[in-house]
Parts: sequence; C-alpha cells; structure tokens
Amino acid sequence: MTKTIVPIGPYHPLQEEPEFFTLTVEGEKIVDIDVRIGYNHRGIEKLSERKSFDQSTFVIERICGICSTSHPFAYTRAVEDVIPVDVPPRAKYIRTIIAEGERIHSHLLWLGLAGHFLGYNTVYMWAWKLREEILDVMEILSGNRNNYAMFKPGGIRRDIKAEDIPVCIRKIDSIVPTLKMLLKAVTDDPVLHARTKGVGIMTKEEAIDLCALGPTSRASGVARDVRKDSPYAAYDTVDWDMIVTHNGDVYDKVVVRILEKLESVKIMKQCLLNLPEGEIDLKIKDIPPGEGVGHTEAPRGETFHYVRSDGTNRPVRHKVRAPTFMNLPTYQVTCVGEMISDATIILAAIDPCYCCTERMAVRDHKGKKLLNGEDLIKLSQARTEQLRQKYGK
Amino acid sequence: MNRQEILDGIKNKFKEEIIDYFDKYEKRVFIEIKKEALIPVATYIFKDLKARFNIATGTDLRYHMEILYHFTLEDINLMVSVRVKLPKDQPLEIDSLTSSFRGSDWIEREIHEMLGINFIGHPNLKRLLLADDWPEDVHPLRCDYQEWDKKAVRDRGV
Repeated sequence: MTKTIVPIGPYHPLQEEPEFFTLTVEGEKIVDIDVRIGYNHRGIEKLSERKSFDQSTFVIERICGICSTSHPFAYTRAVEDVIPVDVPPRAKYIRTIIAEGERIHSHLLWLGLAGHFLGYNTVYMWAWKLREEILDVMEILSGNRNNYAMFKPGGIRRDIKAEDIPVCIRKIDSIVPTLKMLLKAVTDDPVLHARTKGVGIMTKEEAIDLCALGPTSRASGVARDVRKDSPYAAYDTVDWDMIVTHNGDVYDKVVVRILEKLESVKIMKQCLLNLPEGEIDLKIKDIPPGEGVGHTEAPRGETFHYVRSDGTNRPVRHKVRAPTFMNLPTYQVTCVGEMISDATIILAAIDPCYCCTERMAVRDHKGKKLLNGEDLIKLSQARTEQLRQKYGK
Repeated sequence: MNRQEILDGIKNKFKEEIIDYFDKYEKRVFIEIKKEALIPVATYIFKDLKARFNIATGTDLRYHMEILYHFTLEDINLMVSVRVKLPKDQPLEIDSLTSSFRGSDWIEREIHEMLGINFIGHPNLKRLLLADDWPEDVHPLRCDYQEWDKKAVRDRGV
C-alpha cells in the first residue's frame, strides 16, 4: 500500500512548545510518527541568566500563557532551595490557591477543546463558560485573569483580603453541579465511549519508560503526582485524593482531568477557609552560592526548574523543563496503529498545543494538498456523527 | 527501604566510581561519579530503585562541562542528582542513556545542540530545538558564545 506523509504543524505561538509532526500513514492507519519542536524557542534560559533573581520571575511567567503560575512557582521553589528556606504558612496557602485555580481553568479549557474536536460543541460551550467563573475568581484574588504576578522568591507579592473570600467560595461552589453534570455526560454517553475507549493506549510500563508525567501518566495507572510524592506549599495539610485510572486510553485521560477539577475545588475551598494569619514574604536579601531544584505539579505534569547561583544576584544557570517535554514523546506509542481520524484526539489527549492540530494538512506523496486542519476536525466530527446514528442517539 | 539504606546502598555498590558525595538536606543529594560509570549508576537508580528520571541539566562551567541527571525517589521524597564532569581538553562525549530508558531521548538531543556534547549510542541525535538555518558548530549555551548572525546584530542591536 502507498505510504502517505501527513505533516501537522508547525506552530502557533500560544504554548511553550509548538510542534511539527510528520505522520506516515498507510490508508487510514498511522504507521510512523516523528516530531520536531523548537518553532517558538525563545532562549529564555539564556535570557534568565542576564536578569536578577527577582526580575527572572516575570520572564518565567511568560513561558506559558495557560499555566502561567506553575513556572514561577517552580522557579521560586528552586531559588528557595538554594538557601534552603521555607516560606511562611500564609504564603504557602495563597500559593496553593493560585496554583489550583489555574489547574481548574486549564483543565476546563482542555475539556472544551477535546469536546470540540469530537463534535460535542455543547461541552465546548459549557466548559468555557465555567472557565470564566474561575477566571473571575483569579481576578478577584490576584488582579489578573492570567499572568498573576503573585510569586517572588521568599513569598508572594499580594495578600488576599478577608472580604473577598466569601464571594470567591460562592463562585467556586457554583461550578461544581455543572462539573458533575459534565462528568455524567462523559461517562454515560455510548458514542463518546466508542470514540475514546481503547484509543491511543499507553501501558504502565511504557509510561514509566518514557517518564510520562501528570494526568498522562496517572491515566495509565502510574500513581505519580508531585503534590503527593514530595509535598510542597499546603498540599500536605489539606485533604485531597490523587486520581489514578488504569486503562491509559483517551477516555481515561478525560476522566482523570474531570475528577481532578473536583479535587482542585476541594483544595481551593479548604485553603480559602483555613487561611492562616501572618507574614506573606520572607524578604530574602542574598542568595548564597549553590544549586537548587524546584518542581511543582502543573496542570499537565511536573514542571522542573534548576537554578545555580554563584553568590551574585544573577543565576549562573537556569534550566527550565516543561511537562510537555516529557509527555510529547509518548506519541511514539499512542499514535502508531491508530486511525487518522483519531489522531486529533490522541494528540490532544496529553494536553499539548491544540493549535498545531488546527494547522494539520494532509498531502499525498506528490505533495498535492488533500486535507487541512479544518477538514481533519470535520473528519473527526463526522466519525462521531456516524457512531451517534449507529447508537440511535 | 528508608533513606539511609538507599543512600548507603548506592555508596557501597559504586564505591570505586563515586568521586564526591554531598548530602544537602533531607530532600536533596548530589553524587558526582566518573563518566564511565554513568550507565550502571543511572540504570541502578532508575530500574532497581524505581526512581523517576526528571531531566538532565547541562552547564558550561568554563573549565569543564557538567551534566546533572536528576532522579526522584517518589516513595521517600528524595531527589538524587548524579553529576558528571567532562573536561574541555578531552573530546566532549558521554554514553547515552537511551538504551536504559527512552525518557532520556529528547534531553540528550537538546544538550547535544545547546552545548555540543556528543552522546555515544544515541539512535537519533538530530536537531530538536534550534532553527534549521542555525550553524552546526555554534552552541548557544556555551560561555564563549558569540552572536554569529550579522543580521541579528543590525536588527536587534545584540
């Protein structure tokens, strides 16, 4: 059978790692996949070496537009790890609140887009409507809908006012019934089951071998979560559960993310209600020579920062590792052998840059364009429609 | 096994290979090893101790290059960083860990292009992050990096 090369990409400047995939397909089946990244390589590691420890926080915040807290969080932990010091309890709680709010809105954004790719535009609208509520909460707490600028080495920049807490809790509570409805909609729908169950499977051994992180690994049965394994901030003082499922397919990744949102709501509420009094900043003056490592659980997995100081006010080396860097290579095992109409959702299931999938284009071996990104989404939606008719819904 | 048993186990098993051992505090340990012993040490930590490979960090420190391999032992909340030093007067090369676990594939490609270190035995050591028109022998994270693009000097004032 003739092999066809399907290029996907190259880039969209939204996320930190825009990708270019080369799928080799035989008919409808994917037989090989290659990935090329770096289209938005901005040299932030080098840039950070020329800024002081305080200034770097703002550069780091702009690595990613969606998870703009996880990078400064990991970076400030790395700088605190050089000394090493522990931040005051109130700062820990506020850091936790901001990080969990970000997890909820990031997972909602993902759920909406996943629904869109599968032809469930109602899910898309509902999820993004809910996301607005959380963004409102974040605006009340930090003054910004995104890029909160709350973090600094040694503490946080802005305190939470006591009178803001009841309205935040009301808003957070208001999303829970709809989240549960979405969970029920996903778990009850036979069409969605047919579309996502058994698709793009990654086994536990493969997840460990490829060092997959976050919800991607937890859907494969690897109980791996930085918040539980090496507790930081207030995660060891509040009550929450790690969500682990065992099938490793797209369906499980959806379920893990929806259930995780409910856990995040739990964490956020507990932190807001039990916010301790006291200082919010240690006012660190000097960073001694040494090395520090900071890692936090971002919505997509572990964010890892390494900072090396020589005693001046600038880092000698600052290494940034985003979770997608470890999750992207899992395509090697999830995509091969699957149908091309499933590629969109498998590629979306680890929560990378969706924008890439929007720029998909199918070409035959002479280079003539056959399909583009919109066509592929239509292809994916048409398949759901077929299944829907089959199940008589 | 508790923390002390695990660390003693590493120290006893690789007595000859360990050059330096630094116990920073209860969550971080730095172990410097000879570069020939990288594969056995890393495989032991990854496979036998069931650690998670976080990432590797390559640094240019003027007189030598340094690669740190970070591993997290999730059960006991300990991060073990294995340090390997590569003197600059010798060829910059080290064994690839991809034969032990596939998770090290991409980071070795990244270090290869950023610092110019050759990973022996890597199956696919091609470009990952830098642009296609970037020269082969220019490595942006080296100390002696010079702006090579005359256009960049004119346009951005670098």
